[in-house]
Amino acid sequence: MANQPHQTGYGDYIKGFIASLILTIIPFYFAATKSLPTTTTVIILVACAVVQLVVHLVYFLHLDRSEKGMWNSMSFAFTAVIVLILIAGSVWIMVNLHDNMLL
Amino acid sequence: MQTNAVDHHAHDEHHHDIGETKLLGFWIYLMSDCILFATLFATYAVLFTNTAGGPSGKDIFELPFVFTETMMLLFSSITFGFGMIAMKRKDVAGLKRWMYVTFLLGFGFVAMEVYEFHHLIEEGFGPDRSAFLSSFFTLVATHGLHVTAGLIWMVVCMVQLNTKGLNETMETRFQCLSLFWHFLDIVWICVFTIVYLLGVL
Repeated sequence: MANQPHQTGYGDYIKGFIASLILTIIPFYFAATKSLPTTTTVIILVACAVVQLVVHLVYFLHLDRSEKGMWNSMSFAFTAVIVLILIAGSVWIMVNLHDNMLL
Repeated sequence: MQTNAVDHHAHDEHHHDIGETKLLGFWIYLMSDCILFATLFATYAVLFTNTAGGPSGKDIFELPFVFTETMMLLFSSITFGFGMIAMKRKDVAGLKRWMYVTFLLGFGFVAMEVYEFHHLIEEGFGPDRSAFLSSFFTLVATHGLHVTAGLIWMVVCMVQLNTKGLNETMETRFQCLSLFWHFLDIVWICVFTIVYLLGVL
């Protein structure tokens, strides 16, 4: 969280920025060149996105397990569960519906 | 004197607590916004194959264009971060300078998105063309509207900074805006990965 007045260094932001830059260029490169099999590319794309999400949460939003950041982290974890249920559940139900209705 | 100093300190602490509470409240709002975006992503995931004979992502997405948009948002995230560092050091001039840069980058992003939408609609690929395009426009435009709201908020904050100066209340406002801005960049990571990159494969 941004509520830690002691963290005033540029270091964290620059580290996060460089990591994000790399994690953005890699997926764009593989999606543009299509030089790998599709399944491999999909895995790379999703992996880069997940890692970059974590990088942003840690270096830009300063989400951590400190006492102050606990409420933020807990509410985030709860939201992540809801988001997962929402997206996976929707796709699961609709794919089944699609198959069974022979659409 | 002593009592006064203690009183003053207690007063500061109180202010500080209010700021913390506001930030937590704003964070909870962002979490609800997360769920809003999740429903739009779910809708897109369900509908993106339904192109109704119209174009699919492969036909309409241009990666160099999206890459530029992505870079603008990413750079605006770090410039905002630098602005926050300047603010913590009570460097008002530095804060203003970084906020101007952030605003320009955010504005560039929105301008590019508006151009992309206009271009697609001109070609007859508007949201009314297919379920894929409806869900695409809804998801990406919702993000774009959030960025636009962030830009308006930035202007308001800058005007208030000029009139009120940098006090505790203003710092909390900038911190909330910072959370909002970084959050939008996170949502964009999901957008460019799921919609654009997986779309062109």
